Amino acid sequence: MANKILGILEQSEGRLKKVSFEVLSLIARLSGELKLEAEALVIGSEIENMNDASGYGVNKITHFKNINFQKYSSSAYKNIVYDYAKETGAHYIFFPNTSFGKDLSPLVAAKLGAGIGMDCIHFEVVDNDIIATRPVYAGKALIDIKLKSEVKIFTIRPNIFKPIKLNSLATNFDVKQIDNPDLKTKVIEFKKAEGKLDVAEADIIVSGGRGLKGPENFYLVENLAEELGAAIGASRAAVDAGWRPHREQVGQTGKTVSPSLYIACGISGAIQHLAGMSSSKYIVAINKDKDAPIFSIADYGIAGDLFEVIPALSNEIKRIKS
Amino acid sequence: MKIAVCVSHVPDTATKVKVGVDEKSIDPTGVTYIINPYDEFAVEEALKTKEKFNCEVVVLSVGGENNKETIRKALAMGADTGILLKDDSPRDSFGVAKALAEEIKNQCCDLVFMGKQSVDYDNSIVGQLTAELLDYSCVSIVVDFKLDNNKIIAGREIEGGKEIVETQLPAVITTQKGLNEPRYASLKGIMAAKKKTIEEKAAAPYSSLTEIIKMKKPPAKQPGRIIGTDASAVPELVRLLREEAKVI
Ligand SMILES: Cc1cc2nc3c(=O)[nH]c(=O)nc-3n(C[C@H](O)[C@H](O)[C@H](O)COP(=O)(O)OP(=O)(O)OC[C@H]3O[C@@H](n4cnc5c(N)ncnc54)[C@H](O)[C@@H]3O)c2cc1C
Ligand SMILES: Nc1ncnc2c1ncn2[C@@H]1O[C@H](COP(=O)(O)O)[C@@H](O)[C@H]1O
Repeated sequence: MANKILGILEQSEGRLKKVSFEVLSLIARLSGELKLEAEALVIGSEIENMNDASGYGVNKITHFKNINFQKYSSSAYKNIVYDYAKETGAHYIFFPNTSFGKDLSPLVAAKLGAGIGMDCIHFEVVDNDIIATRPVYAGKALIDIKLKSEVKIFTIRPNIFKPIKLNSLATNFDVKQIDNPDLKTKVIEFKKAEGKLDVAEADIIVSGGRGLKGPENFYLVENLAEELGAAIGASRAAVDAGWRPHREQVGQTGKTVSPSLYIACGISGAIQHLAGMSSSKYIVAINKDKDAPIFSIADYGIAGDLFEVIPALSNEIKRIKS
Repeated sequence: MKIAVCVSHVPDTATKVKVGVDEKSIDPTGVTYIINPYDEFAVEEALKTKEKFNCEVVVLSVGGENNKETIRKALAMGADTGILLKDDSPRDSFGVAKALAEEIKNQCCDLVFMGKQSVDYDNSIVGQLTAELLDYSCVSIVVDFKLDNNKIIAGREIEGGKEIVETQLPAVITTQKGLNEPRYASLKGIMAAKKKTIEEKAAAPYSSLTEIIKMKKPPAKQPGRIIGTDASAVPELVRLLREEAKVI
C-alpha cells in the first residue's frame, strides 16, 4: 500500500549536504498535510554528520552503505532507490535538484513509471494531492503542475525551503549494507575545483561581468567575495572571453541561482543573465550606466565606477565585521 | 556503430515570455525558434565521434513540422540523416523520451547525444529518461568525452568540481557547455542540407503523466533604488543590507 513520502538525501565526501536538511523539513511538513509517513534514505560509505539529521520530523532514515559509495554510481543508486520505493510503497519521492538529484531522479522515475516535476520552488496540498510550482523559460514564467502517475517524483531547488528543526520527534536510524551493487556506471575520480564555494550552493554571490575589463581585475570581486564568505559568479561575456571558468556562469545557459544576496558588478543585466539570478532574495547592482537593465531588478544600486565602489565596499564590510 | 543526436526546437533565449490565452503555455506571437543551445554541443560531439570512428549520425526531433528547421540546422553542420517524430501536440518529457527511445531502438543506435537541458521547460531529464527506457547507461552534464572500444570515460560537471565517470556502450550522453566548440555550418553544408529529405514518422503513442494547471508570470520585483553614484554611497548600502535586508 502506498503510504509513504520519501526523501532522498545527498552526501558529499561523507557529509550530508545542506540541501538534505531542506528535503527533510519539506517532507515532514508535507507528510502532515497528506497524512503520510515521512522516511528518508541516504546512500554513502561513512557519513560523519548523520545525527544532525535527527529532529526534523522524519520518522526514519536509512543509510545504504557500501565502501564503493564514497563515490556516486547512477546504476547502483537507482536500484537502491527503486527497491526501497517499491518495498515501502512510496507515494511521493523528493530529491534535491542538484547535479546528483537531476541525474538520479529521472532514472528512478523511468524505472518506476513515475511522473516527475523538476526544480520545484513551492508545494501546496489541494484535494489530498500535491500541486507544485516550477520555473520555466529560465524563470521568465512559472507553471503549476500536478502529476497523474501512481508514484510521483519531485526535485526541489536548493536554498528555497528552509530547514526547520523541530526536535519533537526522535528519528530512527537504520543502516543497511548493500552487497554487490551494480557499478556499471560509476565515478572513478572526483576532481575538486580550486574555487571554494559553488554558485549553485552559495548563500551570497558576487558576480562580475565585462565591466571588469579583464581577468586581472577579478581580484576585486574575489576580495569582496572573501570578505562576505561568498561564491564568485560571472556573466557569459566574462566566461566567453576566457576570464572565468564556465562553472561560474550565471544565467540561462549557466547556472540558475537563488542566494539571499546577489551582487552584480559590471553586468548589464541581459535577459539571459537575469533569467538565472532574478529569484535571488536581494540583488545589488554596481554599474556606471544608470540605465543598465540590471537596475530594474536590483533592490539596491550604485550607479558608479566599480573600480572605486567595490574596494570601498570590501573595506566597509571588513570594518563592520571587525 | 550508429549515433543518434536528439534536438529540440525552442524559443530564442532573448524571447520576452508572455503567457498565452490558454494560461498554460506561452504566447507564440513574434517568437523565433532556434535549435536548443545545448543541443549544438550534442551535434558537435556526435560529428567529432563520427569523424573518429567513421560512422553514421542520425538526427531525431519530436514535435511539429517546424522542428524540421532545427533538424536541418544539424544536417547543415554535418549530420547524415534526419527524422521528425511527428506530434503536433506538445508532449511531456516522458512522451518525448518514449518517442525517442522507440526510434533509437529502430535505428539500432548504441550511442546517443542529447543536450543537458531544453531551454524551454528546463527539465533536464529527457536524456536520462530515454536511457532508462532503453536500458542504456547514462552520463549527464558531460564536459569531457572519450570513447575507447566500448568503454566511455566522461567528465561530468557537478557542484564544486568534476566527476570522472566510467561506463559502457550502449549509452546516452547529455552535453554541457565546455565540452566542445560547435562548428558553424559551411555554405556547402547548408546547401547539402537543403537537398536532404527529412523522414517523417508518427511519434510513438504515450500517456501524459504531467498536467499543467496554470502558467503565470513570476511576481514582479519591486523597482530598484539607486542609492548613489560613487563610493560615498557604500556605508548606506551596507547599512541597508544589514538592517533592512538582514543578509549580511
Ligand atoms: C543563447 C544565449 C545564451 C546566453 N546565456 C547567457 C547566460 O547564461 N548568462 C549570461 O550572463 N549571459 C548569457 N548570454 C549573453 C547575454 O546576452 C549578454 O551578452 C551577457 O550577459 C553580457 O554580459 P555582461 O553584462 O558582462 O557584459 P555587457 O553587456 O557588455 O555589460 C557590461 C556592463 O558593465 C558596465 N561597466 C563597464 N565599465 C564599468 C565600470 N568601470 N564600472 C561599472 N560598470 C561598468 C557597463 O555599463 C555595462 O552595463 C546569452 C546569450 C545568448 C545568445
Ligand atoms: N522534442 C524533442 N525532440 C528531440 N529531442 C528532445 C526533445 N526535447 C528534449 N530533447 C532532448 O533532451 C534534452 C534535454 O531536454 P529536457 O529534458 O526537456 O530539458 C535536450 O537538450 C534534447 O537533446
